Amino acid sequence: MLEVEALEAGYGSIKVLHKISLRVERGQSVCLIGANGAGKSTLLRSLAGLLRPSAGRILIEGKEIANASASARLDYGITLVPEGRRVFAPMTVRENLEMGAYRRLWPRRDRGVAADMDMVFDLFPRLRERQSQTAGLLSGGEQQMLAIGRALMSKPRLMLLDEPSMGLAPKVVQEIFATIRRLNAEGMSILLAEQNANMALKSAAWGYVIAEGEIVRTAESASLASDPSVRAAYLGL
Amino acid sequence: MQTGSAALQLLVAGIGTGSIYALIALGFNVVFKSTGAMNFAQGEWVVMGGMISALLFASFSNIGIACVAAVLIVMMVGILSERLVIWPLRRPNTLLITLVSIGLAIFTRSLVMMILGKKPVGYPAFSQTATLTVGGITIQTQTLWIIGLTLAFLVIMHFFFERSIIGKALRAAAADRDAAAIVGVKVETTVMLSFAIAAFAGALAGAIITPLTLSSYDQGAMFGFKGFSAAMLGGVGSLPGAVIGGLALGLLEAFGSFYISSDFKDAIAFAVLLLILFVRPSGFLGRADVVKV
Repeated sequence: MLEVEALEAGYGSIKVLHKISLRVERGQSVCLIGANGAGKSTLLRSLAGLLRPSAGRILIEGKEIANASASARLDYGITLVPEGRRVFAPMTVRENLEMGAYRRLWPRRDRGVAADMDMVFDLFPRLRERQSQTAGLLSGGEQQMLAIGRALMSKPRLMLLDEPSMGLAPKVVQEIFATIRRLNAEGMSILLAEQNANMALKSAAWGYVIAEGEIVRTAESASLASDPSVRAAYLGL
Repeated sequence: MQTGSAALQLLVAGIGTGSIYALIALGFNVVFKSTGAMNFAQGEWVVMGGMISALLFASFSNIGIACVAAVLIVMMVGILSERLVIWPLRRPNTLLITLVSIGLAIFTRSLVMMILGKKPVGYPAFSQTATLTVGGITIQTQTLWIIGLTLAFLVIMHFFFERSIIGKALRAAAADRDAAAIVGVKVETTVMLSFAIAAFAGALAGAIITPLTLSSYDQGAMFGFKGFSAAMLGGVGSLPGAVIGGLALGLLEAFGSFYISSDFKDAIAFAVLLLILFVRPSGFLGRADVVKV
């Protein structure tokens, strides 16, 4: 599904990512764990097209997309649920979901959008109840649901999630991760960046550990979770 | 004149002037929402709308065609201005865009002066009958045109922003540029569109006010200033705020210049601006963003 080869990116003259390589197989759930500032968000932003990489390759199903714009990447089936949720606060829940399908509504109108919105409402019944409410007034957990729902509206095949647990109560985090697992079980490829390594390793099949902009370990999640050095550094055990 | 009918006449005149200010303020607010910056070229587009309408009227003698064509031409100027001056900025920020817009205003004014001349120009009112007398008060028919066309424009804008997918994309980009880019909105294009709307609104104001006031190349700064004050009064970035601020300023000017002195007409806008900045910098409808994190 996704192959990243020797990717380098940064902001201005500051290089954040150094020769990052990783893979997500079709239908696989992969997590990226690392401390704050390790480069997780920078990597996901480069994959979503918000940041131009300075070197390296990004392949989606074999096609090179490193130079494609953010909107073109949606057409390749890749979408990002950004850090901090970033819902359109002054717009209603419904309008937020509609914006998620923007590429399917403009310039050509895809008739399937209404059915997909129904599907999102089935996945998150609370969003259906609040569809006319302003997104900025939702609780943190509801905003996270909305951000995931908005991403689903583009009909992605690979979903990038950046810190979906951030700032949420443990019970809500459980709920969000259950949804992510469910999406994966239905065939969605997932790349999940998390500081909450415990949750991330439990829900993903494969894991990468990123530190100071480099991939320092990669293995099956279960073996990462039982690795003493990973446990000490990221699981607080 | 009786006090009652004088007040009514002032009310109509005030709403007329206020409509003009509302259109200009709307231009300020649309660009502010998409860039976070004040565009000081806004007033020049008002002048351009009036002066190009006059030029076209002189050649076609049809006011309707002249005004519609002028407004569309100025809209193209707005788009061109954004593409030539704002779009190339490598790292656009609020202050930079504001400064660049001041340069754009000066450039536009000089261009208007060189191409369209220094002499004030005008054309007749849209209706043959210049005034109507209703219930003891005399109203200029052009004032009714101004109010009607402004209202029609505002209704169209409302539906554009609330119903159309492009209007929603503009709101989304204004709310969160990155998130808008994530869902596939081309954010630079939304900035261009906001300049197009702002130029259209400004030119419309110029085209409909010129029969009452004439138009001359050097009025841009004052139009811009009045519109800016109206935008501040109503709440920067709020579209209903532009309307409320514009009408409030128009009415204050009308009543103030009648009951105090017409010498103070322009000073009222300055006084309002200062007062607003001291007392309530967010304006009537401006408020801290409602965001839960």
